[in-house]
Amino acid sequence: MIWTNAVIQGLLLGGLYAIFACGLSLMFGVMRLVNLAHGDLGVLGAYFAIILVEHLGGNPLWTFAAVIPVAALVGYLLQRFLLDHALNGGELSPILVTFGLSIIIENLLQQTFGANDQSLNIGALSYQSWKIASDIYVGRLNVIIFVVAVLVIVALQLFLSRTPAGRALRATADNRRAAALSGIDPKRTRAMATAIALATVAVGGLFLAMRSSFAPTSGSADLLFAFEAVIIGGLGNLWGTLVGGLVLGVAQTVGSQINPADGILIGDLVFLAVLAFRPQGLIASRSVAVR
Amino acid sequence: MSDLLTGQHDVSVTRGTLGSRVALGVGIAVVVALIFAPAVAGDSATNNLTQFLILLIMAIGWNLVAGYGGMVSIGHQAFIGFASYAVLDLSIHGVLAWYAVPMAIVLAGLISIPVSWLAFRLRGGYFAIGTWVIAQVFQLVIAQQSNLGGGAGASLNDLNNLNPINRDNVTYWFALGLTVLSLGVTALLLRSRVGMALVAVRDEEFSAAATGVNVVRTKRLVFILSAAICGGAGALLCLSNLEVQPNSAFSIQYSAFMIFMVLVGGIGSFEGPIIGAIIFFVLQQSLASYGAWYLVILGGFAIIVTLWLPRGIWGAIDPHHRRSLVPLRHRIDYDEIE
Amino acid sequence: MALLRLEGTTAYYGHLQALHELSIELEKGEILAVIGANGAGKSTLLSLISGELRPRDGRVYFEDHDITRLAPHQRVRRGVALVPEGRHLFSTLTVEDNLLCGAAARRQGTWDLAAIYELFPFVKNRRKHRAAVLSGGEQQAVAIGRALMSNPSLLLLDEVSLGLAPVVIRDLYEGLLRITAEGTTLLLVEQNITEALRVANYTICLLEGRVVLEGAPSSLTQSEITEAYFGRQQSKDSSSPKRATRAKK
Repeated sequence: MIWTNAVIQGLLLGGLYAIFACGLSLMFGVMRLVNLAHGDLGVLGAYFAIILVEHLGGNPLWTFAAVIPVAALVGYLLQRFLLDHALNGGELSPILVTFGLSIIIENLLQQTFGANDQSLNIGALSYQSWKIASDIYVGRLNVIIFVVAVLVIVALQLFLSRTPAGRALRATADNRRAAALSGIDPKRTRAMATAIALATVAVGGLFLAMRSSFAPTSGSADLLFAFEAVIIGGLGNLWGTLVGGLVLGVAQTVGSQINPADGILIGDLVFLAVLAFRPQGLIASRSVAVR
Repeated sequence: MSDLLTGQHDVSVTRGTLGSRVALGVGIAVVVALIFAPAVAGDSATNNLTQFLILLIMAIGWNLVAGYGGMVSIGHQAFIGFASYAVLDLSIHGVLAWYAVPMAIVLAGLISIPVSWLAFRLRGGYFAIGTWVIAQVFQLVIAQQSNLGGGAGASLNDLNNLNPINRDNVTYWFALGLTVLSLGVTALLLRSRVGMALVAVRDEEFSAAATGVNVVRTKRLVFILSAAICGGAGALLCLSNLEVQPNSAFSIQYSAFMIFMVLVGGIGSFEGPIIGAIIFFVLQQSLASYGAWYLVILGGFAIIVTLWLPRGIWGAIDPHHRRSLVPLRHRIDYDEIE
Repeated sequence: MALLRLEGTTAYYGHLQALHELSIELEKGEILAVIGANGAGKSTLLSLISGELRPRDGRVYFEDHDITRLAPHQRVRRGVALVPEGRHLFSTLTVEDNLLCGAAARRQGTWDLAAIYELFPFVKNRRKHRAAVLSGGEQQAVAIGRALMSNPSLLLLDEVSLGLAPVVIRDLYEGLLRITAEGTTLLLVEQNITEALRVANYTICLLEGRVVLEGAPSSLTQSEITEAYFGRQQSKDSSSPKRATRAKK
């Protein structure tokens, strides 16, 4: 029974990783850019929510409405004024620029808020749970996070497959030269991808802040988890990313069940095993939505 | 082009220039002076020099993998920490710490081979994060080894009964020797056929493959050498700190430092890491009191240099590789006879 | 008013000069065929017009507006569309999505999905398939259709017939003629001279980045074309290659 419980808790945790991962995957697909500050930007959103609650009060749940649009705007501007320049500078430049950005964000947060752990207190929701079997309880918040994760992936998938803007993203991911020649504005498309990525990672950041404590350096850990989810699931496939997040979540909770200190390590080892034995990921992409 | 071959020009292909010969002389003089530095400088100045040389060795190693190999690794702290712990572990097993240093370097090079098998499945930015994950695995595994002190780390007791000043001086000479060795290995590598291949790989991977250069093997060689060099820096860190602790031995900050030094000095140039390490060391000493702000400034510099000075300070001094102090490239000099 | 005008454009790839002070005019409703051997500068010329390459010197005018500095997608919005060599379809997208991507510029006109399917009926049956699984001829039709979806005033076609069977080429060229009937001006770059000269009403032959021959196809003899295409042995050392046989319009 403890193993069933570990798997269930892992699946719920994996939803959070999938939220972090889908934006990373989207940006890579559209512009071959791996944003090393991705996790930090999510954590930045969480600190923004802390400031909002401190000054305006209320249940932190309302901050979603404020943080998500701001994150999208920041993403748009970030792409226009920084990342587009980095993309023009050759292969190494985006990696170095986003790593520099990551260092800046983490240390600015440390300087402003201190290195201590913080969290967003959402009241009873943080400890209420549902009993689903004789001795298995699932936290309501965790279930909500999981459901939102699935909804985010479904919404993103629908957006990509059904709307002209989504089509433009897919076209750019597929063949950027042909996209520009078809009249698709590459700058606008890239900025849109980054806006979406930051909006989703802000959702992840807020949930992270609500379900556990976090610190200025939490962004690095989230980046690594998001990345592992993307690779485990298989590049270029949002459903794969969801599966990758779930596999990672289960690996970590089952690992913690074996030895409380081993959770992250077991997750890493599952990732390395996938890299070694199935580098295309668990879900090999057939109809590539976002490569 | 055909004129060149029909003898209408006086052609000579050279590597050395007057400047490079002068530089070699100056370099030898500097090294000789540094050998005797501990006699003049006090113990704390010697320790500072050791810290500087350790940073320089890291920069040389990272420049090799990123600047010449074209692989941005942000996981080289794996080899730094691994070698630190190798020295500790060897000394626990009775190997004198001095002898443990070269062994740790070799071990860091060896462990980088399986690492490369995994990491080389990823490219570009994903390669970068992949190496980071691998470094995390190193840290997590070592933090579980209770004989190495677990998460709290352990002290290197081996050298405790030595006179501290003698100990520090020997560590310093180790650092100096390793610096010269790393620079020498870089120079030799780049002057060899492999080096030519490397530059070809970096500049045009596809055409390099088409001309028969084994891209993967060449990159792997560079990766291993850079791992060994960074391992050297890690081994020296163990000697100079006399203790190892997983969080600091495998700190991502080493990657930030290496990236900063190499970028600012000039990525992919022989001189870049030296210039970058000097600037970084001065900054580190003068900004240390500003706490996290100093890292914010570091990150800002990294972005600015990447975008607006992509070949760093050395690139600004020598935009056409004319003045390279170390003759790594062949020069074609020809004077038109008219 | 010329629809398209290039004035003294030069283009380089690195240190290699691909075009030498090229000046070209194209009237509305014309079908211009640009011919020439490999490396003559044909695709470079198209890149200058589509905006993928900026000229080192000279200017590009479209409908009397200077478009020299506009990006490719901005030129599509003005009515310049390119069907690139090798088709460059979005291989992971369906045929219909490929076509719809072409409408990103949102220009008004006669071309929409229905019109494309009527022009190339065989494409309609494949509209739910991924572009990657189509035959070469079908892919080329989709590529042309995608460009048409932007309702261009000027359609640039790079090596439309490359690698296709003669009967397929014939079909595609029939389609092209119907496109011009709707008022679109065509600029064809072709190594398949026969087919290009059959439909064109004006032709330019490039050699080493210069115009060496131009005129209506009917006014040019086979030997003139062959000569211009391969370059004359005796003119190789001469500083001024033989110029056009016909005065510029």
